[in-house]
Amino acid sequence: MSDGFKPVAVGGALPAGTAAPATPRNVPYQGGAMSPSVESLRARFGPSIVRADVVWGETTVVVDRARVLEVITFLHDDPSERYDYLSDVTAVEYRDIERAMEVVWHLRSLPYRRFLRVKVLLEKGGPLEVPSVWGVYKSADWLERECFDMFGIAFTGHPDLRRILMWEDYKEGYPLRKDFPLRGRFSRSEQLRQALAANPEARYSMEELSIVDAFTDLPADVRQRLAAGETTGE
Amino acid sequence: MGLSPRPQSTPVHQGGDEPWVATRLDFLVNWSRANSLWPMPFGTACCAIEYMATAAAKFDLARFGMERQSFSPRQADVLICAGRVPFKLAPVLRRIWQQMPQPKWAIAMGACASTGNMFDNYAVVQGIDCIIPVDVYVPGCPPRPEGLMYGIMMLQEKVMRERAADVSLRNEMTPDPTSKLYIPPSLIDEISEPFGNSVHQQRSGL
Amino acid sequence: MATKKRTVEVELSTTGLDAQGRPRRTPLVATENGQALALEAPPGIEHELEGEHMLINIGPQHPATHGVLRLVLELDGETVVRCIPHVGYLHCGFEKTGEYRQYSQIIPWTDREDYLNAPGNNVAYALGVERLFGLEITERCKVLRVMAAELSRIISHLVWMGTTCIDIGAFTPFLWLFQERERVYLLLESWCGARLTTSVTRVGGMIADIPDGWTEGLRHFVQTFPNTLDEVDAMLTRNAIWVGRTIGLGAMSPEESVNYGLSGPLLRAAGVDYDVRKDFPYLDYETYDFDVPVGSTGDVYDRYLIRLEEMRQSVRILDQALKRLPDGPVNIDDPRVILPPKSKATSDMESMIHHFKVVMEGPRPPIGEVYVPVESPKGEKGYYMVSDGTAKPVRWRIRPPSYVNLSAIPKMVEGHLLSDVITINASIDIVMGEIDR
Repeated sequence: MSDGFKPVAVGGALPAGTAAPATPRNVPYQGGAMSPSVESLRARFGPSIVRADVVWGETTVVVDRARVLEVITFLHDDPSERYDYLSDVTAVEYRDIERAMEVVWHLRSLPYRRFLRVKVLLEKGGPLEVPSVWGVYKSADWLERECFDMFGIAFTGHPDLRRILMWEDYKEGYPLRKDFPLRGRFSRSEQLRQALAANPEARYSMEELSIVDAFTDLPADVRQRLAAGETTGE
Repeated sequence: MGLSPRPQSTPVHQGGDEPWVATRLDFLVNWSRANSLWPMPFGTACCAIEYMATAAAKFDLARFGMERQSFSPRQADVLICAGRVPFKLAPVLRRIWQQMPQPKWAIAMGACASTGNMFDNYAVVQGIDCIIPVDVYVPGCPPRPEGLMYGIMMLQEKVMRERAADVSLRNEMTPDPTSKLYIPPSLIDEISEPFGNSVHQQRSGL
Repeated sequence: MATKKRTVEVELSTTGLDAQGRPRRTPLVATENGQALALEAPPGIEHELEGEHMLINIGPQHPATHGVLRLVLELDGETVVRCIPHVGYLHCGFEKTGEYRQYSQIIPWTDREDYLNAPGNNVAYALGVERLFGLEITERCKVLRVMAAELSRIISHLVWMGTTCIDIGAFTPFLWLFQERERVYLLLESWCGARLTTSVTRVGGMIADIPDGWTEGLRHFVQTFPNTLDEVDAMLTRNAIWVGRTIGLGAMSPEESVNYGLSGPLLRAAGVDYDVRKDFPYLDYETYDFDVPVGSTGDVYDRYLIRLEEMRQSVRILDQALKRLPDGPVNIDDPRVILPPKSKATSDMESMIHHFKVVMEGPRPPIGEVYVPVESPKGEKGYYMVSDGTAKPVRWRIRPPSYVNLSAIPKMVEGHLLSDVITINASIDIVMGEIDR
């Protein structure tokens, strides 16, 4: 441990006389104070900020899908916003099948001690695609993979978008969709058969096999495919 | 133990025609096996923590001969599946079971390993007896250490009742397609279709 | 045959980190009387294999991966060049099932997800649901929840420390620390009936008030538990083997740690002073007097020291909570969410109807969504719940701290040795139940 070490304090960018944080009491359902970030977002992005609400003290900003990456990059880079912490990336599908699916980002500003929820609406019938924020926040890596696995939402620009919680060639669908039954689409015995056939722990991806390329243990056709640059997930 | 007395356990096949020496050899072999069961803790979730607590100082599995937890299946006798087994883990569990040499037994510790527990959904195997043959089921979520020890003692009694003359005892799994008990998988699907895992269930009920 | 005894001093060092934060590898240098000696080279190095990498698979069944985690490693000799983790081997459909359960029926699910921190998860969930309903809990309930959360923190860190010690090779602290867990189990069991999966909170209150004598039991625990911590401290903190195996491993810079979304002891070890209890407080944590330990290098040793100190601070909080525990009701007086007492439910018509509605239908919150984070022993934990006005949530999302922490493991283990992978993996404090849900 070195001397002269100063920890990075949360709330370091707040002005000196700001009150210490306290447990919120009697949080109103609606009509709470909106986050100051909403104003700056509205000033900069105008109509792309579709809606901003405050529910139970938390500000939610609904953004146009076309500009959401810009919005999030702005929130990360701008010195008066500095949302440097991506807490969560997830999606919500409602029971009303007409209603749009939402992709939700939970952003936290450690220097300003703020929390913001950014949403994008994905209309049913449209492409389930959203830009990936991996370039801005590395924590989006696995969070977006899980979102893809559970909902089937493609995050364009993600370096390695493949299933993470279910196995690679899981055939039943995307579990958290509302049209996916709780107990799955196939019968129990069929699910078991497919699971036993999948055997994920015995599988290595081409990327992983390329590690052993130097050894002559791999069969010739696999080495050819590796040499041809084939890659798979997992 | 405060439990109601269990019915007299009788083996399915009444011996009676074995020489006395064979029974004494059986006793010796079974006694040594029962009291030196090396567990292979296939711990996945909360039951694994209770398993660790059972192995720790207060409840101490070592006095049952389970001093050495064998994480290599090749050197284990008992597979204690402690925790829920999702479908992704199912082939792993089967492979571990296949890697264990005979004689081997399996304890399904906890409700999740026994029947799937409250995880009646798309992801969890509804009881590991779908994948491996289980000797003892220990209910509980998680079972208390005393419960697990009771299950282990039950397994010990089961081991004591084994007979070397019983050739079917150490059979591995593959079901005999010509046996009357064997139902082909497609027929299972057909029969269970209306009642099965409620493929048709759509409402947000239970 | 006369043998001459000679003393050879070998300087062993793990000399910290270079400019990129990677550990520096120092060759062994043996000196005798100040003269450098060449030690015998290990026999049989096959020079054809130099420079070729090996593919090693750890898991998913492995004693040291703390659950069913699969790590695929690319090794250059013993040094890790790349690490590809695979998770999902314990995915049990928590979030899906949450959409099919009433709010109070989800409480047992929160136990089983991060099973080391079951009371803490119950508290986190109850806080979220109460915000969604707009309920204010009683003062006594708040203090009881603080006690539950801090006890939970202690038992989680005890498991962490015990299993990490085993991974590194020290078996004794495991037994000591699990014996302490047994003492906490007695307290939890007398309160809610279960040792591990407690389900100790309810929407609007707790499962029950603490039994008589419980505070004395907790007071006794609080007074004697630091002795065990001192014993473990004496055994490990200045132990050359422990220090040699943990210093300099898995370090990440503060900016990287924030960008990777790390939280909890990992983030604090890297030097970022983010603790949800201090920065986004809940349950009146700002009125308790406690410190948050922050490390400087972010390596495994710092994480160990932080968790050890966090246990001491939890004891401090428990002490204060014991002193300030007010009398009064535990549950709020709202018949829409709280079950009436059994005696009234079987005699009074109105109570019977309330009981029926709460059990059969479940309380319905207004349309909305909440995310209330708490400081779990693993990091920032929260349940994001979306309500559409019905008794079952539309979306029940668990923000899993271990999941995000584990995603940084490829970065943490690069350049380290194979045995360090186990140590670093242990230091992240993962719970596969939370990672895979």
